[in-house]
Amino acid sequence: MGFLSVEAVSKEFPGVRGSAVTRALETTDLTVEDNDFITILGPSGCGKSTLLRIIAGLETLGTGRVLLDGAPVARPGPDRGMVFQSYTLFPWLTVRDNIRFGSRASDAKADELIGKVGLRGFENHFPKMLSGGMQQRTALARALANDPKILLLDEPFGALDNQTRALMQELLLGIWEADKKTVLFVTHDIDEAIFMANRVAVMSARPGRIKATLAIDLPHPRHYTMKTTPEFSRYKAEITEQIRVESIRAIEMEAA
Amino acid sequence: MFEPLKPVPRDARIFLGAAFFVVFLAAWALATFGGLIDELFLKDPVYTLKIGIELFTEYGFLKDVGVTVWRVVGGFVLAAAVAVPLGILMGAFKPIEAFFEPFISFARYMPASAFIPLLILWAGVGEAQKLLVIFIGSVFQLVLMISVIVGSTRRDLVEAAYTLGADSGGIVRRVMLPGAAPQIAETLRLVLGWAWTYVIVAELVGSSSGIGHMIMDSQRLLDTGQMIFGIFCIGVIGLVSDLIFKWVNQRLYPWAF
Ligand SMILES: Nc1ncnc2c1ncn2[C@@H]1O[C@H](COP(=O)(O)OP(=O)(O)OP(=O)(O)O)[C@@H](O)[C@H]1O
Ligand SMILES: [Mg+2]
Repeated sequence: MGFLSVEAVSKEFPGVRGSAVTRALETTDLTVEDNDFITILGPSGCGKSTLLRIIAGLETLGTGRVLLDGAPVARPGPDRGMVFQSYTLFPWLTVRDNIRFGSRASDAKADELIGKVGLRGFENHFPKMLSGGMQQRTALARALANDPKILLLDEPFGALDNQTRALMQELLLGIWEADKKTVLFVTHDIDEAIFMANRVAVMSARPGRIKATLAIDLPHPRHYTMKTTPEFSRYKAEITEQIRVESIRAIEMEAA
Repeated sequence: MFEPLKPVPRDARIFLGAAFFVVFLAAWALATFGGLIDELFLKDPVYTLKIGIELFTEYGFLKDVGVTVWRVVGGFVLAAAVAVPLGILMGAFKPIEAFFEPFISFARYMPASAFIPLLILWAGVGEAQKLLVIFIGSVFQLVLMISVIVGSTRRDLVEAAYTLGADSGGIVRRVMLPGAAPQIAETLRLVLGWAWTYVIVAELVGSSSGIGHMIMDSQRLLDTGQMIFGIFCIGVIGLVSDLIFKWVNQRLYPWAF
């Protein structure tokens, strides 16, 4: 039994006005160890966000249960920090006040994090004055300032350009290498999934479930140049093959 | 020049805005001095201004203006004191909304001015009746508009607050209220404008002071100059209160503008 365990969890959404129910998540198991960094990789619509939202307590369970540190998860709480796929900073709060929002956030921690995510000089800016990348860095700092047991990241860099995205990956990895947080990171980008992870969990096409997990034995600290090494390419080839099968299935299912 | 949503420079905007006032005055002057309209029906601008100054210096019109402003502000503050908390509760908590919303939706279509005869019967022709007209005219609109604003709080912000450890009270106080505050202030500004029409209606009937009463009196004397001046006064006061409201909102909520 791990630090976080997802046991036989599935989820259906009721159909709208007579249409059939949407099966968003097939029965899924996942175990995450303390201080682990797991990326969840899968095609669009396979239920990645749904799984993460269930763990966060934002979505009710269909079946199964989620245990964090031995205790069942029922509602959202400060022990699970989340960075959302969309921008969710509070527009009326400055960067600093956003980071201090959490019930367990301390001022000292907030100030330290502002430096870590490279937002010195922007403490008193409102979110609308920030670029997308800066907003997601603030959101990351906001989640970290609350000192959660586990960090849930839902494609946090999905909307960013490639260069910014690569910088953000290194930044997050640096924070993780220094602080050893437990992280669950959702992405649909294969490079990102391998580069960040200790283990990659590959999801099948909709309705998704975790169909394989793959340990990534690349050394830390990691540097972006690692993305061009032969080991990296080997992992990439292996996961690409798995994902390809799923993507083809997803498209066939939509056609059917 | 006519590109959708393209902003105009500040100077040009002020010039354009002032230009229409000039056009308006010119048309008025042309119609009256040019003899297109009989002076019995419409006095010329110069006479209107002269009689207006006279109203202030000789007939104590300033007192009437003061009385009217106090009625509007009084009735409106009462309405806001009820509507803001109730609207917020309705927006945040669906059972409370389910309880009040149907009745208030019905009540807001009851015209405030139609209550005047009843209110005179109940409250006499004193200040209470004037305040009540404005209260009835504004409170239902305010409640509904504020409840809609609060109810449309972004769901993802509420969820983010939950994952940061906020409880129900925290969601209302720290997410819904600050997020809705600028729009609530805008709504108050809008409805305050409507309150001005109610107060005049209330003063046209059974009143011995106020701008509306002065307009009524002028009708007896067939002085269209005084009537028009009274109406303009309301316009000017309304505009000034609007600008003050806007200015305060922008200072209070810099993140929203
Ligand atoms: N609130 C909801 N009501 C109904 N159906 C939903 C709801 N949320 C998600 N779904 C459905 O569940 C499925 C999985 O959605 P989910 O958002 O988890 O996908 P995802 O893997 O995160 O996709 P993406 O990579 O595009 O973000 C989709 O088919 C979606 O239509
Ligand atoms: Mg998603």
